[in-house]
Amino acid sequence: MAAYLVRRLLQTALILLGVSVITFALLYLLPADPVRQIAGRSATPETVENIRRQLGLDQPFIVQYWRYLSGLLQGDLGRSYLQRSEVSTLIAARLPASLLLMVGAIGCELLLGLTMGIVAAVRRGSVADQTMMIASFVGVSAPQFVVGLLLLYFFSVRLGWFPIGGYGTWKHMVLPSVALGILGAGWYSRMMRSSMIDVLRQDYVRTARAKGLARGTILFRHALPNAVLPIIAMIGIDIGLFMSGIVVIESVFGWPGIGQLAWQAIQRIDIPIIMGVTLVSACAIVIGNLLADLVTPFIDPRIRLR
Amino acid sequence: MKNWLRTTVSASALAVLMAGAPALAQEEMLDPAAKQGGSIVITYKDDVATLDPAIGYDWQNWSMIKSIFDGLMDYKPGTTELRPGLAESYEISEEGQTFTFKLRSGVKFHNGREMTADDVKYSLDRVTNPKTQSPGAGFFGSIKGFDEITAGSTETLSGVTVVDPMTVKIELSRPDATFLHVMALNFASVVPQEAVAEAGADFGKKPVGTGAFKLGEWTIGQRLVFARNEDYWRKGLPYLDQITFEVGQEPIVALLRLQKGEVDVPGDGIPPAKFQEVMADPEQKARVVEGGQLHTGYITMNVEMAPFDKKEVRQAVNMAINKDRVVQIINNRAIPANQPLPPSMPGYDNAYEGYAYDPEKAKAMLAEAGLADGFETELFVMNTDPNPRIAQAIQQDLSAVGIKASIQSLAQANVIAAGGEKDQAPMIWSGGMAWIADFPDPSNFYGPILGCAGAVEGGWNWSWYCNEDLDKMATEADSVTDPAKADERSKMWSEIYGKIMEDAPWVPVFNEQRFTMKSPRMGGADALYVDPVSIPVNYDYVFVTDVQ
Repeated sequence: MAAYLVRRLLQTALILLGVSVITFALLYLLPADPVRQIAGRSATPETVENIRRQLGLDQPFIVQYWRYLSGLLQGDLGRSYLQRSEVSTLIAARLPASLLLMVGAIGCELLLGLTMGIVAAVRRGSVADQTMMIASFVGVSAPQFVVGLLLLYFFSVRLGWFPIGGYGTWKHMVLPSVALGILGAGWYSRMMRSSMIDVLRQDYVRTARAKGLARGTILFRHALPNAVLPIIAMIGIDIGLFMSGIVVIESVFGWPGIGQLAWQAIQRIDIPIIMGVTLVSACAIVIGNLLADLVTPFIDPRIRLR
Repeated sequence: MKNWLRTTVSASALAVLMAGAPALAQEEMLDPAAKQGGSIVITYKDDVATLDPAIGYDWQNWSMIKSIFDGLMDYKPGTTELRPGLAESYEISEEGQTFTFKLRSGVKFHNGREMTADDVKYSLDRVTNPKTQSPGAGFFGSIKGFDEITAGSTETLSGVTVVDPMTVKIELSRPDATFLHVMALNFASVVPQEAVAEAGADFGKKPVGTGAFKLGEWTIGQRLVFARNEDYWRKGLPYLDQITFEVGQEPIVALLRLQKGEVDVPGDGIPPAKFQEVMADPEQKARVVEGGQLHTGYITMNVEMAPFDKKEVRQAVNMAINKDRVVQIINNRAIPANQPLPPSMPGYDNAYEGYAYDPEKAKAMLAEAGLADGFETELFVMNTDPNPRIAQAIQQDLSAVGIKASIQSLAQANVIAAGGEKDQAPMIWSGGMAWIADFPDPSNFYGPILGCAGAVEGGWNWSWYCNEDLDKMATEADSVTDPAKADERSKMWSEIYGKIMEDAPWVPVFNEQRFTMKSPRMGGADALYVDPVSIPVNYDYVFVTDVQ
């Protein structure tokens, strides 16, 4: 187990290195010039060149990347070109909001997804089952941007139940969590349904029923724990999905997380911020996957990590 | 309008004669209906990058910086008329190359220290020092010693001298008629040296100025809170106790919140998709203020790329574009243009008729130029609404005269990059990147976007038009520093732009109007909400009507 963990962590470092090379190269190859963005339209050619030199952007790719990497190894993510502050400060200020949103989204996924999956499995073939499976299909396919705006329009503007975007109280958290979690909820409800149907067909469930146990007891004490296990393992992978989702959702809801930071930085080619957020997201994805793998043996004793 | 420079200077000369005191209230332009107190909420989509006046050059931080800092010069609220700011008065030498500013006494920075001439000198040295990386450094190019400081051989401008604690003298290396405007730019704001030294690279997050408001709280990515500066040197101002800027708010969400009374001014304006809906609703329309702005939207034609190297072809394109229809596409949020300068700019030529929309004549001219069968070209455009739609209208107009233009819809930075290459973009629609003047002077529409200086790799002169005769005329016009000759100078500029239109490197398409929305409780003259300098709102002068 320990050897496995060490190997995986080493792999993680390699993956992050790869991500940093590829992202840095893509940004380097971009036809747009970050110095023009910093210097603005009234700058003289001297100002432009001077800024380029000071930021080291006149150096060849290898030198630029080496400088970035050596900073990175010392925990220095660099300074934002346009915000003129440390990238680590900017990310640290915004990371808690993004994590909170992810917790909310996981909650929404589990609550909505599992409930729908269980009901659909128990009432298999009924109108409720079919409606919920169509709903889950819509949830999986609908663009998050649209879902977000629709939620805002109905629940905040028309009904006035929740604030229109922003950050602060639990009420602010509901709609963005739903918008981010609805995709996962769609998947989970389908997975939960099939997993539950499988379990309900098992001999031990039939035995339990033959013993004369109450329906609720069979469902929640015997069937559910077994049916839900494969889904728990999925949550780690979801963290990766969320990383792409938060860019859109945070912009729609004015949620002050790193997704919004990334979106603003991309529009203005603020390379240090784009690099920083990409690396943090890559870390989250890798760690999420690692967690998913680590959890599996506990769920299914037949699997051994080597 | 054309008389602006003369009136300002004579008005301030008058103020000097009257020793200032009796005309004080009038000079502050206080509103008798205004009430002191209350707080408002303004929203923006993008985060505020910095409040350092040497660096900030964004849509959202420009007016914020104006309220935290002051420069020697300033504008009368809601107008493009200059007035003295931290300078109580100024004198211009005979030949127009030496400016002596007498400072106001008793002006205090937010840290409590009194502002002196040393601070003025320090601030100008700082903004021009290459280490500061100020995007505005180039504006100060006419100050003596600018080249040396840019080259890094010195850290101080030889042209700026402290005569006594309340007097500063600025010598120029060449006559510069725009210099007083330059001194009213945010980049010329006066900052206290000790606060800059203490905050270091983070001065932009911990700004200290002399302005009407001081920074209270700043939660990165969420909100900024400005608090009233009780010691502000313009007595009786500002009216508001507090302004909260909430960032990260999509314009469409901001509009919904405005309708619910949670927001007072949506800083990014009315989203294009909602414009008609707002204007169709009498209740909402009543809260919209419309005004002009110093903006022109244009199509550039790259004179280095065939067939736009032929003047006749460029003129023909000017006749082929149906500008009225383009204006309709953006719901009449603009007025059709026929010259580079916007109508509210001195030097705008009212008599000039431009190229009338005439596709038949355009076709004939193309035939004359040997292009009877038309030609194929590319039109670059920024990829956010409504620009691709406008590009399609232009494309249709062009195809009507036989020009087949394919649309290259790209991110803003990529269009700017393509325009800065000599052989990349034959045509560019400027929407979303168009020139908005930094200060209300006709010269500001020339140098970087139509002069030879901008026709360089990475420059903003996307038509690559470079006419050395016009460059000479421009230098000549900017040497006319005598305020009494302001009219003459404006005429010289009209002539320059007239000649440009003859060569037709641009199709001027429209001048955008500004539409600001405000909550019902906001008070103050409409002009404050379409202030040409403090965009979107002049924070120092607006007030709320629901305070006791």
